[in-house]
Amino acid sequence: MYSAIVFLPLIGAIIAGVFGRWLGAKGAAYLTCTFMVVSAILSWVAFYRVGLSGDEIRAPIMDWVNSGDLRTSWSLRIDTLTAVMLVVVNTVSSLVHIYSIGYMSHDNSQPRFFAYLSLFTFAMLMLVTADNLLQLFFGWEGVGLASYLLIGFWYHKPSANAAAIKAFVVNRVGDFGFALGIFACFAVFGTISFDEIFASAPDQVGTTIDFLGYQLDTMTVICLLLFIGAMGKSAQFLLHTWLPDAMEGPTPVSALIHAATMVTAGVFMVARLSPLFELAPIPMTTCEAIGALTALFAATVGVAQNDIKRVIAYSTCSQLGYMFVALGVGAYSAGIFHLFTHAFFKALLFLGAGSVIHALHDEQDLRKMGGLRKGIPVTFWVMIIGTLALTGFPYTAGFFSKDMIIEASHAAHSEVAHYAFIALVAAAFLTSFYSWRLIFMTFFGAPRHDEETAKHVHESPLVMLVPLCVLSVGALLAGYLGKPYFIGEGYDDFWRSSLFTAPENHILEEAHHSPAWVVWLPTVMMAGGFLLAFLAYIAVPTLPQAAMRTFKPIHAFLYNKWYIDELYDWLFVRPFKWLARTLWKTGDGRIIDGLGPDGISARVVDITNRVVKLQTGFVYHYAFVMLIGIALIVSYFAYIYWAQFWSGF
Amino acid sequence: MPLPAFQDLAPIYPEIFLALASMALLMIGVFSRDEDNPSVSWIAIAILVATGALIAGQDAGARELFDGAFLADDFGRFMKLLILAGAALAIILSFDYLKTAKILKFEFPVLVLLSTLGMLLLASANNLISLYLALELQSLALYVLASFRRDAVLSSEAGLKYFVLGALSSGMLLYGCSLIYGYTGTVGFEGIAAVLENTDRSVGLVFGLVFVLAGVAFKLSAVPFHMWTPDVYQGAPTPVTAFFASAPKVAAFAMLIRIVQEAFPAIAEDWRQIIIAISVASMVLGAFAAIGQTNIKRLMAYSSIGHVGYAMVGLAAGTPSGVQGVMIYLAIYIVMTLGAFACILAMRRGDSDVEEIAELNGLSRNQPMLAFMLTVLLFSMAGIPPLAGFFAKFYVFLAAIEAELFWLAVIGVVTSVVSAFYYLAIIARMYFQEPAADFEPMTAKVRFVLGLTGIITLFLFIPIQFLVTAAETAAGSLF
Repeated sequence: MYSAIVFLPLIGAIIAGVFGRWLGAKGAAYLTCTFMVVSAILSWVAFYRVGLSGDEIRAPIMDWVNSGDLRTSWSLRIDTLTAVMLVVVNTVSSLVHIYSIGYMSHDNSQPRFFAYLSLFTFAMLMLVTADNLLQLFFGWEGVGLASYLLIGFWYHKPSANAAAIKAFVVNRVGDFGFALGIFACFAVFGTISFDEIFASAPDQVGTTIDFLGYQLDTMTVICLLLFIGAMGKSAQFLLHTWLPDAMEGPTPVSALIHAATMVTAGVFMVARLSPLFELAPIPMTTCEAIGALTALFAATVGVAQNDIKRVIAYSTCSQLGYMFVALGVGAYSAGIFHLFTHAFFKALLFLGAGSVIHALHDEQDLRKMGGLRKGIPVTFWVMIIGTLALTGFPYTAGFFSKDMIIEASHAAHSEVAHYAFIALVAAAFLTSFYSWRLIFMTFFGAPRHDEETAKHVHESPLVMLVPLCVLSVGALLAGYLGKPYFIGEGYDDFWRSSLFTAPENHILEEAHHSPAWVVWLPTVMMAGGFLLAFLAYIAVPTLPQAAMRTFKPIHAFLYNKWYIDELYDWLFVRPFKWLARTLWKTGDGRIIDGLGPDGISARVVDITNRVVKLQTGFVYHYAFVMLIGIALIVSYFAYIYWAQFWSGF
Repeated sequence: MPLPAFQDLAPIYPEIFLALASMALLMIGVFSRDEDNPSVSWIAIAILVATGALIAGQDAGARELFDGAFLADDFGRFMKLLILAGAALAIILSFDYLKTAKILKFEFPVLVLLSTLGMLLLASANNLISLYLALELQSLALYVLASFRRDAVLSSEAGLKYFVLGALSSGMLLYGCSLIYGYTGTVGFEGIAAVLENTDRSVGLVFGLVFVLAGVAFKLSAVPFHMWTPDVYQGAPTPVTAFFASAPKVAAFAMLIRIVQEAFPAIAEDWRQIIIAISVASMVLGAFAAIGQTNIKRLMAYSSIGHVGYAMVGLAAGTPSGVQGVMIYLAIYIVMTLGAFACILAMRRGDSDVEEIAELNGLSRNQPMLAFMLTVLLFSMAGIPPLAGFFAKFYVFLAAIEAELFWLAVIGVVTSVVSAFYYLAIIARMYFQEPAADFEPMTAKVRFVLGLTGIITLFLFIPIQFLVTAAETAAGSLF
């Protein structure tokens, strides 16, 4: 059964990819959807057995790599953490598959799309079922590949290709750190199997690694390197630039990969490796600081964006920051809980946005929307539900998970935690503001699109609306139902050994006893953000323009995403392009080609021409060559013998 | 010296049979009324097959005759079978060509048989006198064959050039023989080897060896004694060229290997240097000069010069595995060469041959099967695995590396790369250029030879071990 969960998507991907032409668009879509739905149902069964009934599974598949000291088997590790991820990945993936039947119905290469989508799911499942670092890395790279393929799915658009390459390259930076972390693990522990590493990790506390003469703390180095990998995949501050651009891909892709699953791989990885991170305070603090910075940064940028998908993308970035703060303060379960709930409401928001875009014939600019409440009522309501859940309206999903993180950050005792708490609260206010801004600009007020478009505004087909409704239920109830298990009284029975917390780590306990003002603060922030958005976009519509004029530099700063892309362009892209061009034109073209292939082939032709000239056709020339040849050989031996003869004296 | 009894002549029965049968065939030809009777050619093929059966039926092991002038051993038998196969396939290729060129004369197969007889004797020659006689028997028949198309200027020119230069090389060979005899007092290979074992080498003897090797290298068309090759290959009738490129090369190698390994093992250091020099020169020239050719027969001439160079790499190693490598190389080489010439014979429009490489343009669209077979053969000649030509090069280079001749193997590999250029250029023409006009359809006999050689080239890698074992046994009889 567990193998079926992982391999059904792969089989679907192979069939749709190889026989897509023969199956046709419908055939490929229905086939992959069926496989995904079966896989999703099995995941829920697995979740029940493992999470709620207390099984713990190791399903070996085969010996994988045996090379020298490196012995790695391929086996599925199904504990509670994996089961949670299985449920998230397969549920969202199957809903996205179904939604795509409608959304992609006008596309010419649907089999390819569904093959990629299923391939992605397989890679993600490989990632979450990993039993050792190599498997994790395999899945990690697999999702990276699928993400690249899907962002660049519309390869005829230059912007999509550029975005795909950007995502790939930025992820490479993170993966470099991740790979070094794996090497370091192997060097230190002599194994990359999770169980063995976790067992011997406590012995390594306080030891050092010698690197170029520096004595570096072992656990700090390993965890920091691994964390760089997590930063890349989860689009944390400084490595976040690829995520907004990734919105060039089809919207279902954004929902699945760039909101619900792949970008949370970093969070999963840190949680999976909690036995290591728990022993390394510096990486934990780093994680917390980076997370808080990302949460605040992305929220501020989200305020000033006009593209509906980019707003949600920055929101995702910001929420990932929340998760990292939770991990950083040691509340791993809170981070995973937020991952779990976020998957539902963020996928919902993306798919809802997709529905809006679909209704307006690929219009993504918020400034050209407005007044869509009547035209697409179902989409409107599910977007409202998604927004409520995101902003943390009481008893929706985000209310439980996000507030828990804020409380945990308050309960942690450190300078950084203090700063993180303030950042998260501010981010909560901004989240509420930009989310409602999106809703108001899209659904309320006067329509700002042209009349031609207005005439064709239509609700999406049922095949798109059903996944939206399913996700709405999840967005409303996931928090309430999940809370007792994830972070409440069922904690120990639910997580058991899959998350590790040190004996002195009581963060959840302390968070539950936060003062009342801390508990209420996020809700107040949510309400404040809502009110401000209402004021600016419904009550006094002139206010945004006025604010923009007044705070022009600030707006420009936010609108241009803190100029980080420009900074990178100046810092990395241009110098590298210059270097690459120089190496290409001078290094490769002039030196290597000139002295290498081109030069050699030119010389070959020269030699050939000379040799051919020797062949004159005259017999006496030929005889002459023969005699010259024999004279040369004879002279050579005469020389050798005479030299020997004279050296005898 | 009393003549041995007839039953004691068993080791030379095949040669005696071939000699008598050729003469009988000559009589049949002379007295049959029909001048251009193809049945003579069929009988000649039957004679070759029968001779082959006689050779294959001989007992294993070495036996001498006529005071050591003739030696029948495993090595000789291996080479003889290759020679016979080459000769028989060349005759099969000749039928239709000779008919359309209106030179289907009974002398042709008789001459082929006589030169084949010379080659067989050459492979068994065990002293300098029998060696020279066998060589001349072979060569005289070949001179006539080269100019067989008497009314064509190119063919006459080819025969004449071959004769004049061949006479020069014979002179060198004889001069070398006389020097060797003068310095050792014997003409038998064992006798020479025994003398060299016990005395210091003298410079005069080495000079003699150099002249003998020059004569042999001429027959092999190894650089710098190769100059006749392109002109003769181009000028001679195509089936004759196919014959030149196959059987005589094997015979000349048999002679070369026997001389250096049986008569001169004591001064191996000296002759290995000569072989290495000739080998390098042949590989380099074969690779570079072929690039400039536009006539496919000239190209094949340079290609054969290069192949001789590669085969010599094995001999340069001077080890049993080196000789084994040479024998494997020759076996594969004659298959590839005859296949290539079958393709060249298939290049016909109306009644005339087409020999320009440019005429192969777009062949894959007009005659995909011919194009595919030629591609296989050319890839094989370039040494691309898993085709037969790869193994040929593999075993000689392996032997060179085992003998620590690393740089020789490196030169071999580099020149292989250069030569791959012109082989691939032909393939590129056939597949990527606009088609030239159609060729005539292949005749059944050409198709047979092409199919046979093509299949061997393609699939030899499966039974390669049989060839390797056979060559190992044969080479073992020399050491």
